[in-house]
Amino acid sequence: MLEIRDLNVHYDMIHAIKGVSLEVHQGEIVTLIGANGAGKTTTLRTIAGLKKPTSGAITLKGEEITAASPRHRVQMGQALVPEGRHVFPGMTVLENLELGAYLRRDKAGIAADIEMVCGYFPILKDRRKQLAGTLSGGEQQMLAMARALMSRPEILLLDEPSMGLSPLLVSEIFAIIKTINGAGTTILLVEQNAGMALSIASRAYVMETGSIVLSGTGAELMESDEIRKAYLGG
Amino acid sequence: MDVFLQQLVNGISLGSIYALVALGYTMVYGIIKLINFAHCDIYMIGAYIGYFCMTFLGLGFLPSLLVAMLGCMVLGVLIEKIAYKPLRNAARISLLITAIGMSLFLEYGTMFFVTAKLRTYPALEGLMAKSFTVGGVMITMQQVVIVLTTVVLMLGLQYIVKYTRAGKAMRAVSMDKDAAELMGIDVNNTISVTFAIGSALAGAAGVLVGVYYNTINPLMGAVPGLKAFVAAVFGGIGLIPGAMVGGYVIGIIEVLVMGAGYSTYRDAVVFAILILILILKPAGLLGKNVGEKV
Repeated sequence: MLEIRDLNVHYDMIHAIKGVSLEVHQGEIVTLIGANGAGKTTTLRTIAGLKKPTSGAITLKGEEITAASPRHRVQMGQALVPEGRHVFPGMTVLENLELGAYLRRDKAGIAADIEMVCGYFPILKDRRKQLAGTLSGGEQQMLAMARALMSRPEILLLDEPSMGLSPLLVSEIFAIIKTINGAGTTILLVEQNAGMALSIASRAYVMETGSIVLSGTGAELMESDEIRKAYLGG
Repeated sequence: MDVFLQQLVNGISLGSIYALVALGYTMVYGIIKLINFAHCDIYMIGAYIGYFCMTFLGLGFLPSLLVAMLGCMVLGVLIEKIAYKPLRNAARISLLITAIGMSLFLEYGTMFFVTAKLRTYPALEGLMAKSFTVGGVMITMQQVVIVLTTVVLMLGLQYIVKYTRAGKAMRAVSMDKDAAELMGIDVNNTISVTFAIGSALAGAAGVLVGVYYNTINPLMGAVPGLKAFVAAVFGGIGLIPGAMVGGYVIGIIEVLVMGAGYSTYRDAVVFAILILILILKPAGLLGKNVGEKV
């Protein structure tokens, strides 16, 4: 589905991503974990096309998209839920969802999908006329996810969906991620909450200062001493 | 009372023109955070296009207005593509200085081609030359046309911004460029559309001011441009309704100051308002000081 080969990304002089390779197969939940500043967000932003890599290749569904516009990537069936949600604050919940379907023209399908995502996140239905900027952090996270789903992605990239949310809400969000995956959407999940992420992931990569230092199945990494010490609190 | 109402009518006419120009300032600021100093010269060029249409092509008011809007639309998009787009990732001050340079280029470039002499719009005939009196207040047909044109354009703009795909894209880009890109919105395209619409409105304002005040010259944009900018800041820069309200408020205040016999101070009062608003409510009348949610 998605394959990254030897990706290097710089911010001016800073070498943020150093030769990262990873792959996500159809139907998987793959998680990328690591500490703050390890380069997880930069990796996702580069996959989404918001940041240009210095070298390396990104392939989506067999097509190389390293230089493609973000728009083309959305058309190909990829969507990113960015870190910090980035909902459109001055627009209503409904308008945010409609913008998620910006590249689609099938009115009936869009209406049906709004119903579908409101099924995942019922609170959005109650708040559909409310400005997104007035939602709570958790509600904004749900809106950002729902908005990304509106483009009918085959692969969904999620950047820190648990950030700043209460533990109860975190479990809820992760349950929904599993549901979305169950409905056929492949998922690449970036998380600091390693325990949560590993518990739902089929495979995982661990990132440290710009490089992948470890990879394996979710269960394997959960058992690994290194991971337990560094990310799971013993 | 009659005098006051009369001044109010005059103020609304002038305010319409400021509002149309202010909209362009505010829309461009909203989307790329640039104070487009060349905007007031697009308004001037709109006035000249209208003048040439009416004088040499013998076109009526409405066709001239449309040609001027179209011409300015093209000009605005070209300016953005040639002068501003290459600086998309440069420091904002570079962009601002480029805008000032573009403004001077347009002013003196126009002067080179049409000379600095004043041009006079042809006298209006027929219905457009009429006026009527309502309860002691004289309203000219020109004023009616100015206000009507402005209202129609503003309603059109509201419709575009609220309900069309291009309008939604414009709002999305102005709120969050990255998120807009993630939706698949073509940001460069959307910026061009914004310049096109803002410039067309300025072009319309140029023709209206030609019809209202009759004379035009290559430097005519400078002072009204600054006042329209004040209007945009007054209403809250980046906010479309703010520019509309600001334009009318500034126009009415200016005319009232003149009506009270202080014509010499009309510009000073407008700029004093700018200073006051920046001290008291920097976000503008309709603006909110919003902190970022983390």
